[in-house]
Amino acid sequence: MSAPAERLREETAGLPSGTDRERENLAYTWRKREGILGLLSSVDHKTLGARYIVTAFAFFTLGGLEALAMRIQLARPENRFLNPDLYDQVFTMHGTTMMFFFAVPVMLGIGLYFVPLMIGTRNVPFPRLNAAGYWFYLIGGLYLYASFFANGGPDAGWFSYTPLSASEFSSGHRLDAWVQIINFTEVSALIVASSLIVCIFKQRAPGMSLNRIPLFVWAMLVTMIMIVFSMPAVIFAAGSLNSDRSLGTHFFNPAEGGDHLLWQHTFWFFGHPEVYIIFLPALGMISCILSAFCRREIFGYNAMVLSLVSTGFLAFGLWVHHMFATGLPQMGQSFFTAASMMIAIPTGVQLFCWIATIWGARPRLEPPVLYVLGFFLNFLIGGMTGLMLASVPLDLQLHDTFFVVAHLHYVLIGGSLFPLLGALYYWFPKMTGRMLDRRLGILSFAVLMVGFNLTFFPMHELGMKGMPRRVYTYLPDRGWNGMNLAASIGAGLIAIAILLYVANVVKSLRRGRKAEANPWRAETLEWAAQSPPPAYNFVRLPIVASRSPLWQEELGYVTGMPTDKRELLVTHALDAAPSHREEVPGPSGIPFTFSVILCLALIGSVFSPWWLIIGSLASIPPAIAWYWTEEKP
Amino acid sequence: MKRAAPGTLLLLSTGCRARYAVFDTASPEAHRIANLHWLMLGICVAVAVAVLALLGIALVRRDRGRYSDGSARRVRAVAAGAAVSAFLLLVLLVASVLAGREITAPGGPQALEVRITGHQWWWEISYPGSSPSEEVVTANEIHVPVHRPVRFLLSSGDVIHSFWVPRLNGKKDLIPGRLTRHIFQVDRPGVFRGQCAEFCGYQHAHMGFVVVAEDPARFDAWLAAQRGIAAEPAGPSAVHGRTVFLSSPCVLCHTIRGIGAFGHKAPDLTHVASRTMIAAATLHNTPGNLAGWILDAPRVKPGTRMPPNTLAANDLLDLVAYLESLR
Repeated sequence: MSAPAERLREETAGLPSGTDRERENLAYTWRKREGILGLLSSVDHKTLGARYIVTAFAFFTLGGLEALAMRIQLARPENRFLNPDLYDQVFTMHGTTMMFFFAVPVMLGIGLYFVPLMIGTRNVPFPRLNAAGYWFYLIGGLYLYASFFANGGPDAGWFSYTPLSASEFSSGHRLDAWVQIINFTEVSALIVASSLIVCIFKQRAPGMSLNRIPLFVWAMLVTMIMIVFSMPAVIFAAGSLNSDRSLGTHFFNPAEGGDHLLWQHTFWFFGHPEVYIIFLPALGMISCILSAFCRREIFGYNAMVLSLVSTGFLAFGLWVHHMFATGLPQMGQSFFTAASMMIAIPTGVQLFCWIATIWGARPRLEPPVLYVLGFFLNFLIGGMTGLMLASVPLDLQLHDTFFVVAHLHYVLIGGSLFPLLGALYYWFPKMTGRMLDRRLGILSFAVLMVGFNLTFFPMHELGMKGMPRRVYTYLPDRGWNGMNLAASIGAGLIAIAILLYVANVVKSLRRGRKAEANPWRAETLEWAAQSPPPAYNFVRLPIVASRSPLWQEELGYVTGMPTDKRELLVTHALDAAPSHREEVPGPSGIPFTFSVILCLALIGSVFSPWWLIIGSLASIPPAIAWYWTEEKP
Repeated sequence: MKRAAPGTLLLLSTGCRARYAVFDTASPEAHRIANLHWLMLGICVAVAVAVLALLGIALVRRDRGRYSDGSARRVRAVAAGAAVSAFLLLVLLVASVLAGREITAPGGPQALEVRITGHQWWWEISYPGSSPSEEVVTANEIHVPVHRPVRFLLSSGDVIHSFWVPRLNGKKDLIPGRLTRHIFQVDRPGVFRGQCAEFCGYQHAHMGFVVVAEDPARFDAWLAAQRGIAAEPAGPSAVHGRTVFLSSPCVLCHTIRGIGAFGHKAPDLTHVASRTMIAAATLHNTPGNLAGWILDAPRVKPGTRMPPNTLAANDLLDLVAYLESLR
């Protein structure tokens, strides 16, 4: 890029801090309510985003404990730590928790927190809807665990293949509960997706034309659009399974013209894009970290954006590679092999662009960069095994074995959790105003790297030695004992690494070094806000003239925004030219009331369909109030 | 003595610890897949090593000129990387499609047809005959002749299962309401372990089976023997054992052809003593294991459909003696 973007950036541009009067007025206008009611009525994107992140990590801990229980059970053959009934529940809970209650929500939370900051606006466009989305998510998760602890945990796998999940083979309410819980998370994901899509298209800082959007925001935009297109498939799947179970329809009953493969097609039409919904935000985070620590723009912006978009498209053409063993016709399978391999090209282009960015830049090896380097190693292994699984003949051997367990964890942990932990380290000062401890950060990264590889690398071998997935135990004479023990020891190391990370967070929250606004000298707009950002984000909204606004000589700002109204600046979708101002609602308890009523109705419907009718009627008053009351500050 | 040979082989094949079932192949199909695997692994490892090496160089180098000066070279390098990846992927795609065609080629008219029905948690195996009375039904132990393609017709009686013998071919699902096909041809005599690969409930872990590949003559002899009705019990204890079988809950689920036991929920026991393993290839077929299994199957395999049974000691011993006589 141009010369200014290239000098060593000891000084970065910033926004004027404004007058005391401006700050006071804004703080009053965007104030939160106090007390419990304040907790229940917050509509601030940062509060909601942080809640998503913290809640998601709470579920991550639960899912991790389930993983540990499984590894204890599998540490030696014929172990009796978990009986098959409990093991089936635990591995189903692990998958459901990690996919629906950790991986997607944590990305939603990071998007909700940082996208508005990175594009220079004050809040998301539908704050109350967003608040409702969070409550749906939280209540869904609590319900999942309540049913688990009441011995009603789902036990048909996170994929819940029919007929194992149909009423004939799963009586009781275990699967009814699971099907409802899926709906809760879809609702919250769709709410965040619609908010962020509108936010990114209509609320960018003046001057932030499409070709100046930060790569992380592009990644989130593609992800959110993928959510909009993939979630309806699983809503259909879950809805039809629900109606098979409770109303006696025959979507998945071959005796009446239904088909079990219909479930697999609809589930994986969602399930495969889901993997990329988790993975694409991580790619955006890597771009953020690398540009900040290499002190230069990511090489090949256009190629990076096109790669993200084409990954988003191709991700919808891969789902059949989960179904190669179902005996679909050869010709069709070859198409999905080709698509599964083709998606490696945009991913490869991004890897090459990052290497070109790093080339010669001598990045400082701070923990976020270490996590990115860890990503490179682990994700390359996961990507290569992914290519092997894309091949039909090879997949027929490796499908549903521990090889796939190894592969998916290399992609999801290596490809997504590593960048996520790096990004949280990177953004921690912005969110809390404190720096994390560098030594603890490096230590926890190193333990995670060793533990992760010790856990999952042997699983490749286990798969090739014929060990199927989802087995609660194995016979001692199969030659699988040593590697299972190694994997179990590694799982313990992963737990230690996560504890170290948490300890670092707790310690730094109390005693960490105070963070300035832009401790990493990074270029994107979130670093122009204070650390932590005030409720209104920016005293004066920034004006952007390049892809790296804080590396400009000077950052322009908008004048004339009122300080006594909760107003957003709406800009045009393409060139981000200012269009008009839009008032957004403030704190309200109505979203909470509304979502609690609807959630109770959905939970009640597991036991009697009448609850749906009662709940729908009961939700009308808060729905009316939602639109009726507009509190003025 | 006839039974001892496969039994020993089985011990040998499972006793070896460092065995990679997927590569220790015994059929052209599995062999083809293993070759494809080595090709893919070679290319993938080479690419991964190259990318990591580039990353390493990128990290240690120091830019002499400015970032923007090398831009055109960087563009060429990234484009070359993308082109090389695309080419290698094309190679892998072609290799994969060719291998896929070979391992699914129908076996031709000389192929042996075997029907397999999956049940929670055991395998029903039948060899169709020219007339219904010629049909052979057995469980959890598939005998096949060597050097002759075997075509499997797979279906399920309850939930989805997946049929997998790693040393012989990839897997194929058994889906209720659908008929799927699978094929392999075994190169050499031996005993090969198979296993359900699709999660199917409590005892998915122990839903195993064995494939016994033998010379065509031995196979034909085995098939002829299986076609017969149950052996007449010899000796008072076995005769009493048959009475115990017919007067206890056994008869509700199990079939023994020739004595009027027609249960269809559980494995056919007409020639149960000819099998090397019981409980879906979980226990060796010894009188002790059999007695333990009859008394309390759920203790061995929690969740199994076989209920615990209360039998007087001598009834149990006689029942076991009878079952062990069913060659």
